[in-house]
Amino acid sequence: MIKQDDITFVAAEAFKRSGLVLSADKGYLLESRLAPLARAEGFPSIDALLTAARRDQGDRLLWAITEALATHETFFFRDNTPFDLFKNDILPVLTRARGAGSTIRIWCAACSSGQEPYSLAMLLEEERARLGGKRFEIIATDMAPRVLEKAEAGVYSQFEVQRGLAIQRLVQHFEQNGDQWRIKPNIRQMVNFQKHNLLEPIASLGTFDVVFCRNVLIYFDPETKKQVLSRIARQTPNDGYLIMGAAETVVGLSKDFVPVEGKRGLYVRSEAGSGRTTRAA
Amino acid sequence: MKTCLVVDDSRVIRKVARKIIEELDFECVEAADGSEALDACRKQMPDAVLLDWNMPVMNGLDFVKALRREEAGDQPVVVFCTTENDMAHITEALRAGADEYVMKPFDGDIIESKFQQTGLLRAS
Repeated sequence: MIKQDDITFVAAEAFKRSGLVLSADKGYLLESRLAPLARAEGFPSIDALLTAARRDQGDRLLWAITEALATHETFFFRDNTPFDLFKNDILPVLTRARGAGSTIRIWCAACSSGQEPYSLAMLLEEERARLGGKRFEIIATDMAPRVLEKAEAGVYSQFEVQRGLAIQRLVQHFEQNGDQWRIKPNIRQMVNFQKHNLLEPIASLGTFDVVFCRNVLIYFDPETKKQVLSRIARQTPNDGYLIMGAAETVVGLSKDFVPVEGKRGLYVRSEAGSGRTTRAA
Repeated sequence: MKTCLVVDDSRVIRKVARKIIEELDFECVEAADGSEALDACRKQMPDAVLLDWNMPVMNGLDFVKALRREEAGDQPVVVFCTTENDMAHITEALRAGADEYVMKPFDGDIIESKFQQTGLLRAS
């Protein structure tokens, strides 16, 4: 068992670095996530890992611990609905609204191992004929170097390509390499991966017409959620979109975005609300 | 209740697959090869077929070709479930009329994901 003061220590350090809120009853989560890290770092036990982490001046181990505690679970076309919304509700409006030669920018916040941005890239490729020659740029960020490395490689296991991905899409957009599957170069090059921590400013990433921020804020406290949403709003034009997870909401956290009625998880800027069929819930 | 025909020459695989699919609220019928499966379909067309490739008497590929020539044989959603895990086999199966493809080893999440993919299940 991990000692209570170790849990408190790890929770405080992870919160400071990532905003991740780890409640005191999460001892089991700590054990299951830290045991593999301890092994990988060459420590005989979690105890030994934490002792070293307390002494580690450069705080490399504390970052590694934070990364290990974050949830990186993701799969292709996860939950389907957001991708249907993107294809049927967002793309037609944005391609009409933007002038010829303009670039439509999409941000996947906390993209983990890349399945979400690549799903969007596959959709854009499939819809290409209907996009009026518009250019698209997908920026995908995560704070964890390990998952970003995997995302950039674009190589997935047989298990990963079978969750959420239709077989026709596997055939169309992947190349087989033994028992691994590599995303094709035309899809790979549509996504620009960058290391970014959501606790930090995002202005340097530029402005975004569509922001996917799904199943991330649920790990933050209300104050951090408010800050992140406010930063997103500053980087989104008045006709921009925000997509959050099915179990998430901006209500009570942001006045900049309002939910779109009947479209679960889809939000528009409140300044744009009057001219659309939107209503704050 | 929707029905699924589970076709595999391994009794163990049939049992594992059946358990997963019954938990998705399907009624299951089993067949040990393509020929038995075709007989089962002529008796009653299922909503879904989970289909192994390599089997004695009639293999999965020949079965799906034969099924698609049957009256109402275009109705069942056919999901291959096989150790033939290369692109050439996958494209051959799709050309022959399969709707989805599971590469063994599989688990409940993959079956559920593929059943949602093909509209057999509504996305949760």
